[in-house]
Amino acid sequence: MELDWELRELQTLEGHKDRVWSVAWNPATGVAGIPPMFASCSGDKTVRVWEQTPSSSSWDCKVGFLTSATAFMMFRFLRGEMWLSLHALWCVDDGNCCVHLRAVLDETHTRTVRSCAWSPSGKLLATASFDATTGIWENVGDDFECVSTLEGHENEVKSVSWNASGSLLATCGRDKSVWIWEVLPGKEFECASVLQGHTQDVKMVMWHPTMDILFSCSYDNSVKVWAEDGDDDWHCVQTLNEANNGHSSTVWALSFNGSGDKMVTCSDDLTMKIWGTDLKKMMSEDGYAPWKGLIVTGAADDAIRLFVESKDGSVDEPSYKMILRKEKAHDMDVNSVQWGPGETRLLASASDDGTIKIWELQPVA
Amino acid sequence: MVSGLINANPVVYEKKERRVRSAPANVDEYAVEPIDQLEIFDHLRDIKDPEHPYSLEELKVISEDAIEVDDSNSYVRITFTPTVEHCSMATIIGLCLRVKLMRSLPSRYKVDIRIAPGSHATEAAVNKQLNDKERVAAALENPNLVEMVDECLAPTYGFSN
Repeated sequence: MELDWELRELQTLEGHKDRVWSVAWNPATGVAGIPPMFASCSGDKTVRVWEQTPSSSSWDCKVGFLTSATAFMMFRFLRGEMWLSLHALWCVDDGNCCVHLRAVLDETHTRTVRSCAWSPSGKLLATASFDATTGIWENVGDDFECVSTLEGHENEVKSVSWNASGSLLATCGRDKSVWIWEVLPGKEFECASVLQGHTQDVKMVMWHPTMDILFSCSYDNSVKVWAEDGDDDWHCVQTLNEANNGHSSTVWALSFNGSGDKMVTCSDDLTMKIWGTDLKKMMSEDGYAPWKGLIVTGAADDAIRLFVESKDGSVDEPSYKMILRKEKAHDMDVNSVQWGPGETRLLASASDDGTIKIWELQPVA
Repeated sequence: MVSGLINANPVVYEKKERRVRSAPANVDEYAVEPIDQLEIFDHLRDIKDPEHPYSLEELKVISEDAIEVDDSNSYVRITFTPTVEHCSMATIIGLCLRVKLMRSLPSRYKVDIRIAPGSHATEAAVNKQLNDKERVAAALENPNLVEMVDECLAPTYGFSN
């Protein structure tokens, strides 16, 4: 059964005093009863950490005996229509999602904070700033403390990414370089490699979800793949540019599917490209998760779109189609969209209008 | 930065006569008038060239015809012509145009700025920079650049909007 999807707007979060560039969900939350948490970063030089209130009404259950923890477990094993009706039971439709502000990380970066990324354990948050530094923050009690500042880039740092095990950190920036940092005990960081190769501003870096392979995309219209030869020597093993079906303008972002065998890139050339690898699927998808494999985009036309792999097309070549366009999702450009952690089906979007919106993915009967 | 002006003797044109808009007969006080070419040109015409004591209008860097606006879709495209082909002030001029519009137009507007095709040696490179929102944002965090832009925009704030 091919489901149709809708995005229900749950909440609008205000507070940032300038455009919001990016959001990142804490991967260690949204499971085992831990309320979902995410960070947002802004042109106002701060990072805000937000959390869904555990006892908020949208997680209460109308059917008394189900607590939110057991509701999660039941949800995973349901199939088809039964899943739909239980969902209607335990989600109160009052539109109030009750995400609240947990902390403001300020007085550290002296310029725009462009993006942020949580370590896989959820214990550390890395923040990339136009002030040429990368901040490392730790959750200490109720507050967040900056425990380290990584210097080295010559100018604006644009993106930061942790590898799957949390042992490596990557950063990139307008100085055209990609840096790889080793995470040492005691929250120490050591530069392992400075990668040159891009001929222009590098917009984003992202590690493969399971392997220690790094991907970067740039104003030079290309995507580069970086790997290590076993001797701590990192180098570029592949370049995806116009010559091999790549983009014809700045590549702004890339993202992987759950199993890591497909990657999607989006560009100033107004297209998205889906890339595949011959590597076998590394992760099996456990449980019934019909929304996995959905691609969500935020664009400069203020809209959020959903794309899904289309089964109509020939057997050999996959194709994707747009199944939803949320026009005027925000009042201005949508800069970032991120799926929530685990099975939450939440989506966070960040915009030039200074707000963040929380959405919930819902199947349409 | 003072020695060796890129274009020491620019051609200066006469300013176009400013049209005074006549008040329409039936005035609906709550109707918002769509933004048109002239209104946008009025925001930009007095911007001072970064190198010379003349406005962009006087130097024919911008003209009313080079403004394409579609108010119902909240879109505007400005095409500007630098005075010389190798003008390194092209990015500054483009930045001035962008900043002025950012401060003057409703936030719903999407703005494209480009160099008139054929009028500059590295027009593709300049156009790409001027339309990269992230690069523009970073540039505007540079106090020296902001000071330069504000100096160029200073003559434009007499226009009431």
